[in-house]
Amino acid sequence: MIQMKELRKDFSVRVKAGRLRRVKRTVSAVDGVSLDIGTGEMVGYIGPNGAGKSTTLKMLTGVLSPSGGEVSVCGLAPVPQRTRLALSIGVVFGQRSQLWWDLPLAESFRLLRHIYRVPAADHAARLRRCRELLDLDAFLDTPVRQLSLGQRMRGELTAALLHGPRVLFLDEPTIGLDVVSKQAVRSFLGELGRSGDVTLVLTTHDLADIERLCRRLVVIDHGRVVHDGTIEQLHSRYGSRRRLIADLDAPLPDGFEVPGATVAAVEADRHRVTFVLDDVPAGAVVASLVNAAPIRDLSLVEPDIEDVVARLYTASVSGAP
Amino acid sequence: MGDLRAYAALLGGQFRSVTSYRASFVVELFSSAGATALDVVTVVVLFGAAVEVGGFTLAEALMMTGIAASGFVLGDLAVGSVERIKLYVRTGMLDAVLVRPLGVLPQLVLMDFPLRKALRLVFGTSVIGVAIALNDVDWTPARVLLMVVAPIAAGVYFGAIFVISATLSFWWVESGEIGNGFTYGGRDFTSYPITVYSGWFRGLFAYGLGFGFVAYQPGLALLGRPDPLGLPGWAGYSSPLVALLAAGIAAVVWRVGVRHYRSTGS
Repeated sequence: MIQMKELRKDFSVRVKAGRLRRVKRTVSAVDGVSLDIGTGEMVGYIGPNGAGKSTTLKMLTGVLSPSGGEVSVCGLAPVPQRTRLALSIGVVFGQRSQLWWDLPLAESFRLLRHIYRVPAADHAARLRRCRELLDLDAFLDTPVRQLSLGQRMRGELTAALLHGPRVLFLDEPTIGLDVVSKQAVRSFLGELGRSGDVTLVLTTHDLADIERLCRRLVVIDHGRVVHDGTIEQLHSRYGSRRRLIADLDAPLPDGFEVPGATVAAVEADRHRVTFVLDDVPAGAVVASLVNAAPIRDLSLVEPDIEDVVARLYTASVSGAP
Repeated sequence: MGDLRAYAALLGGQFRSVTSYRASFVVELFSSAGATALDVVTVVVLFGAAVEVGGFTLAEALMMTGIAASGFVLGDLAVGSVERIKLYVRTGMLDAVLVRPLGVLPQLVLMDFPLRKALRLVFGTSVIGVAIALNDVDWTPARVLLMVVAPIAAGVYFGAIFVISATLSFWWVESGEIGNGFTYGGRDFTSYPITVYSGWFRGLFAYGLGFGFVAYQPGLALLGRPDPLGLPGWAGYSSPLVALLAAGIAAVVWRVGVRHYRSTGS
């Protein structure tokens, strides 16, 4: 559905060198990205600020022309075939609106039907579905300028889907939203992804978006892909593991050991113990532990993806020339 | 066909947007007509001080002023809102325009269609009416045709100037004043017989950039006066060609400009 081969985007910037002199320098925002995204995939595209996420998305949607490499979306070349491509893709730029600021939301949807030449029946069916899933009815007749950010974002999502796109690009769709709106947006996108006929590419700074939605995670930094795989692969590659914390009714016996797990900490007069699970199911550890001491409480802590990604970002910064 | 309906929808959206602020729309409608009136008053005042300027009487000059004013209003009404592209480029809002299945220029033009300037058109054409009444025009079929075509050609010409100067913003974001020099400066230049200018300035604007063919030359042809500056009589009928040439250049510059768009970080 989406192919990128050694895709590049260079910007020339003028850097101050002395009082009046300016030197022209070339900066690569995207520096040779190769990715292949199949139909129905949900891909999270993450990276620190300025990593080249938005620039990539803009080249995929035909907004920016690439400086080098090849790119094709739905079998089309984004910039030369921009208007044809626009009919097959939906775009939500978190900070750019597709809606008419002064008109009621419903009116924007009606205008978009004409702009995308959608048959009335298809339009009505898609709008009905969005209205149900995103709870639009309460503010359908409110001018867009009076909507809250969360309401507007739900409107933007609908606007991007009314022409039945095959690929949906989302640039930071949850930025600035409160918890409830975030949940609404996420569960809607999850629903959309499960249907399997929309390919979804989303950039975000909120890793919870990725954990909830995307099987595949692409991490980009300094314009290059530094990880491409599942979240689990990311964890195993960077050595983040689950932890099991147990509160015991009796002190933990000396020299207690479970194969595959390491005792990371023993606290509270040996009444609390933390295991790091290397390569063993939590159940096996619990089974051995029950024999050693009565268990009062247990908690299993998933590895924190934020930590992994933060480590990844700093690693690639120090590794950069 | 489908495209036309899409563009009509855009225009309808713009119409409903501006009329949602009803009072402010009415105020703008009239104040913008007033601005055009002032431009013509300037010409009249100038001739109030001198009976003849540059070898032309007020009545004769009004023919040129009328063509220039009508043409400018046509061009401004049709594509003048392309000026707003500076805002779109600076804020990155052009991204949202580029992901729609329609041409960029028609979208920009229709999304900001300056309905408030509509009354100016009435004013511009009535100056031509006054000029026709004051001058004793020897009407031939060719002159009738020229009378109809000249303001439209002037409109196309000014439209091209609007597009070219707006396109500058793809390279220099704050290019506003440079562009205005050619659009509003061009309108002021064409409002007078070009004989009032002299030297390299007249050469550059009248012939180099073609402003001399917008209102001055067709005006001469309509009045049946030979050009004091020596161009042959058919030059007055060449204004549509000059307009088409300008439109062609504008189309090329625009295409290059859009490819040059850099967007903004988000």
